[in-house]
Amino acid sequence: MTQIKLTTPLSDDVVEKLRIGQRVSISGTIYTGRDAAHKRLVELIEQGKELPFDPKGQIIYYVGPTPAKPGKVIGSAGPTTSYRMDPYAPKLYEVGLKATIGKGRRSSEVINTMKEYKGVYLTAVGGAAALIARSIKEAKVIAYPDLGPEAVHELVVEDFPVIVVNDTLGGDLYDEGIKIYAAK
Amino acid sequence: MGNDVLESFKGAYEAEVSLTGKEILQQLVKNAEIACEEKVPMCQDTGYAVIFVELGQDVRIEGGDFYEAINEGVRKGYTEGYLRKSIVSHPLERKNTGDNTPAVIHTKIVPGDSLRIIIAPKGGGSENMSAIKMLRPADGIEGVKNFVIDTVKKAGPNPCPPIVVGVGIGGTFEKAAQLAKESLLRELGEKSKYPDIAKLEEDLFEEINKLGIGPQGLGGRTTALAVHVEIYAAHIASLPVAVNLNCHAARHKEVIF
Ligand code: SF4
Repeated sequence: MTQIKLTTPLSDDVVEKLRIGQRVSISGTIYTGRDAAHKRLVELIEQGKELPFDPKGQIIYYVGPTPAKPGKVIGSAGPTTSYRMDPYAPKLYEVGLKATIGKGRRSSEVINTMKEYKGVYLTAVGGAAALIARSIKEAKVIAYPDLGPEAVHELVVEDFPVIVVNDTLGGDLYDEGIKIYAAK
Repeated sequence: MGNDVLESFKGAYEAEVSLTGKEILQQLVKNAEIACEEKVPMCQDTGYAVIFVELGQDVRIEGGDFYEAINEGVRKGYTEGYLRKSIVSHPLERKNTGDNTPAVIHTKIVPGDSLRIIIAPKGGGSENMSAIKMLRPADGIEGVKNFVIDTVKKAGPNPCPPIVVGVGIGGTFEKAAQLAKESLLRELGEKSKYPDIAKLEEDLFEEINKLGIGPQGLGGRTTALAVHVEIYAAHIASLPVAVNLNCHAARHKEVIF
């Protein structure tokens, strides 16, 4: 299957061309965030304050990595289940975030927000955390170190492999998969 | 992860009809190889430390608090082993305890003079998709099947399929949940010793793999790697059913003293 190569930050143009089922490989800087960090990020947005990173054109990867072993950049780092971030995600897309990476379904509210604000949702293979870590070349904590594995990291990735699950047209790869493979 | 899971990936790869599904199964095998080679966790969610203790009734434990000793082991293991600390001390305040303690400890007293400790780290993604229901006795086996299949369907891609489905039927509310969790300790695909329940396991396995969810929920025939069902006596008024989902990161190890 052909792969589309993308480099962050992402423009509307590039994001709008993505379609569900496409394989994408990402290079550049991306940010991590899970439940606790999202709560804080959205509080900042609501108070009109600046975020620890500029979300415009950026990608948030829903991950809480294991600690890096000595000499390593990061530990194992696979995606966490995305629906837990659904209450927060629309606010982030509204301020310019272009993509999120996780696993599992998004709410219709998030899907609609992505349509409206030109965003996409991508999935990495859940549980393939040791494999995924190989495409992470640099990692540093840039906010909320008190949250431990939930701190916000800035990652530099190279050919980070994902699949498009929701595109800007409102398509959903999970629904399509079941349509094709459910026994009639 | 045990060899049983790795073997089942290979079997699933052969049987899978979806190309994406095959591709994902291949990645999971590769991931397991890398994890093994580099001695790093195969999944970043190294889980809640769930510990099953079988204490021989002739064993005497001296020199301190047994549960504290287990927690100390968890503390050391998760810190020295570079595992993720995924536990918050208060479910609402949510402050990380920093060392993955406390463990959830289940203790059983058994005949004999040995001590068996099983550690089964449990990931949150699949745990969150688990469910329990108090059915009516009249709902019978069909009711049980519907509830199990419905739970897997609702979970969809979230618990990182292919999954292992643990089912507990009978007992009380908490007993059913515990049975479901214990069923996950079985070697993958090991059948129930009761012929009717083994048949139920088979039927459920077949039905679940017809759902089309597939590896990672992206479509395919490999949704479950196995279905394990445990049963217990039930009250005349009740038919409790618990479904505990486990992801392909189905990990457990035991030591016997
Ligand atoms: S559900 Fe399992 S495989 Fe998936 S992220 Fe959680 S622990 Fe890992």
